[in-house]
Amino acid sequence: MSIDLSQFHQVFFEESFEGLDIMESSLLALDLTEVDAETINTIFRAAHSIKGGAGTFGFMQVSGFTHVVETLLDEIRAGDRGIEQDHVDLFLQCVDCLRGLMSDLQAGSEPDMTQADDLKSKFEAILAGGEVVAESAIDTQTGNQDISDGSTDDSGEKGWKIEFIPCEDVLCTGNEPYRMFRELQELAEEGEGNGLEVIPHLERLPELSSMHPEMCYISWTIIVRADIELSEIEEIFEWVVDDCDIRYQRLSECDLSTLETHQAVESSAEVTDIVVIDNADTEQEEINTVPLKTPVISEKIEKALEESAVKIAPKVEKKAVTKAAENTSIRVSIDKIDGLINMVGELVITQSMLGQLGQEFDVSRLQSLQEGLSQLEQNTRELQESVMKIRMLPISFAFSRFPRLVRDLSKQLDKEVELVMLGENTELDKTVMEKIGDPLVHLVRNSLDHGLESVQERTDNGKSRAGTITLNAYHHGGNIVIEVKDDGAGLNKERIRKKAIEKGIIAEDEHLTDSQVYDLIFQAGFSTADVVSDVSGRGVGMDVVRRNIAELNGSIDVSSKDGEGSTFSIRLPLTLAILDGQLVRVGEEVYIFPLVSIVESIQLEKSMLNNITGNQFVMQLRNEYVPIVSLQDIFNIDGEKKDLEGAMLVVVEGDTEKVGIVVDELLGQQQVVIKSLEQNYEKVDSISGATILGDGTVALIVDISGLNNKSSENKSEDQTQAA
Amino acid sequence: MATILAVDDSASMRQMVTFTLKGAGYDVQEASDGSEALSIAKTRKFDLVLTDVNMPVMDGIELVTELRKLGDYKFVPVLMLTTESAGDKKMAGKQAGATGWIVKPFNPEQLLNTIKKVLG
Repeated sequence: MSIDLSQFHQVFFEESFEGLDIMESSLLALDLTEVDAETINTIFRAAHSIKGGAGTFGFMQVSGFTHVVETLLDEIRAGDRGIEQDHVDLFLQCVDCLRGLMSDLQAGSEPDMTQADDLKSKFEAILAGGEVVAESAIDTQTGNQDISDGSTDDSGEKGWKIEFIPCEDVLCTGNEPYRMFRELQELAEEGEGNGLEVIPHLERLPELSSMHPEMCYISWTIIVRADIELSEIEEIFEWVVDDCDIRYQRLSECDLSTLETHQAVESSAEVTDIVVIDNADTEQEEINTVPLKTPVISEKIEKALEESAVKIAPKVEKKAVTKAAENTSIRVSIDKIDGLINMVGELVITQSMLGQLGQEFDVSRLQSLQEGLSQLEQNTRELQESVMKIRMLPISFAFSRFPRLVRDLSKQLDKEVELVMLGENTELDKTVMEKIGDPLVHLVRNSLDHGLESVQERTDNGKSRAGTITLNAYHHGGNIVIEVKDDGAGLNKERIRKKAIEKGIIAEDEHLTDSQVYDLIFQAGFSTADVVSDVSGRGVGMDVVRRNIAELNGSIDVSSKDGEGSTFSIRLPLTLAILDGQLVRVGEEVYIFPLVSIVESIQLEKSMLNNITGNQFVMQLRNEYVPIVSLQDIFNIDGEKKDLEGAMLVVVEGDTEKVGIVVDELLGQQQVVIKSLEQNYEKVDSISGATILGDGTVALIVDISGLNNKSSENKSEDQTQAA
Repeated sequence: MATILAVDDSASMRQMVTFTLKGAGYDVQEASDGSEALSIAKTRKFDLVLTDVNMPVMDGIELVTELRKLGDYKFVPVLMLTTESAGDKKMAGKQAGATGWIVKPFNPEQLLNTIKKVLG
């Protein structure tokens, strides 16, 4: 029977990456002044699982490398060795290295072992420092081998005599002596003159009154007549050898006429040293087992270390990481799946109810129909919500890499940084999460490198030595907002301006508002760093960051205060698939507003209206002035121009500002499935997508932030015109 | 056919073990740590328990100890999946009452052979 192990590879990779994440976060959480045993245990377990899995699934490079890591961890765990900062650093490098190896393997390419070999030699050096136990008992090993090697002696009868005196509680470990006899029988089955003879001894049987039914009091003498190696027999008794009395003797060397136990003991005196562990005396057992086992372990370690003897290869620039096929699976808790199945069940019931109703329908049953339909609507919505929930993961998945990143970077840049992470349980669609990782890394690197000042500079300015970088995530409206905030020097407007002029992005006399200046850093080819550093790239970053975020229908902006720091805010839709919408009619067209962005809907009264310039109106809504825009104007929709007075107005809130939008009529609210215009047609300003309505017509979904920008553009155009 | 309870915190190992044993016709149930295994074992008697040693919540050694306390599991074979380097674990497992061990890494054939031997 042969089983294709590759079918388990994907799961193995996934759990290994998870294990590496756990290792990393545990290592970072490790407080060296007070080492928590459970943390060490967790790290060890992760490494151990990776090693075990890698060995089983045939990734010997990985298991060989992990072996040394595990060995050191095991020594630390057992308390044989203290853990030092150097060790932590080394372990962290291993985590990275293993990630690389795994990614390579996952992508199906041969992993580059240069770094692994390098690290391995460092581990060996550490391990070698504490290895003294090895040599002493090697002779026992060789002694052991002598017996089996001696089996070439073919004078006399072939086979073995075995004295098997099990410990009394052998049955309580599930070791049934009968199993061993059966296996011996199999060994001795074939060939002429072969056979098995089992002679029980009842001397140990106590008085019936003191006999315990679960104990084994019988011992056996077993004669195996077959040309077999001792090792084959030893294998059968492998699980009980440590706590049973077992003696082997070559048939050719013993006198079979007397099968007395005590004689056998005497005649095999030299052998007993090696194989026999006297169970009657537990102290003795401990003394015997320790030297017997330890050399085996240490020898194996030594062997593994030798095998891995470092070949110092010329340092090669690490090849570009082959982008592995993106993780296509998702882990879902059983609860979520059960909920889903439950809901599908209800859906089926509703469907069959409606089906029955349809077959024998008359007007008198209209009410049941309506009830059935509302039931269906509820089922559909619940089902949809459950399906969406499956895709939602806490943002901690994206945040988890930052403690490490910040730790390494701050070391590299010689800055002191404290990382604060908030809102880690905020949930986000998996696809969005995967795509936001890289832009976030870029922003954090940037804040650390350019945002935070050096320790010297900070103390000079009366700030705390350590800078703070805050990652925050929260839900706002239908969006998730992720902030990357630093308490550094803030963006230097003058320098940005100067640079932008230098690069020809703006004209020298161009007047820009603060936010327009900040916005310049998102332009392609813009870099303010005086020295291009390794850390935050070469000024190719921010425009890419913005583009990546825009691809997710999100937006990014920055605010900054001199001397107090900058905040980058990313807004992302929770999911890319479905939207709660308010349908509105303008002329003959139906548009959809995302329900979450609607603040209220009102009918305009003259007293609320104010004309600021030309055709630009604002209305006073309680204590605020809200600009008014007409979809009819923006989208150039035919139809008679209506008076603003008495018009229906939907007040929406985009990024930060409120806008009142004039529409002809409010229609219903419903959930709509978003279809991308960009993919099917092209990007259209102020429209975020389209959907198909119940009657088959297409309705466009209005992009509220886009509309806001448009209205402020109009405003400034009007202002310039007015000026 | 014989029933087997397979315990491992690693999903890939669990899948591999289950797939192998089911393929050979055994009735297999999975558990991802010792405490889950213990509660499953209390509801149903298995002919053999196959457990990893290093697991969160309850490790394999504690599992064996607990199993042996149950009347139903006094003599049921319990095999531990362990690595060759973990000699002390083998001893600890034995003392807790484990029947024997299968050394990792192992391949499906080795696993089946051992199971067959134990179950006869």
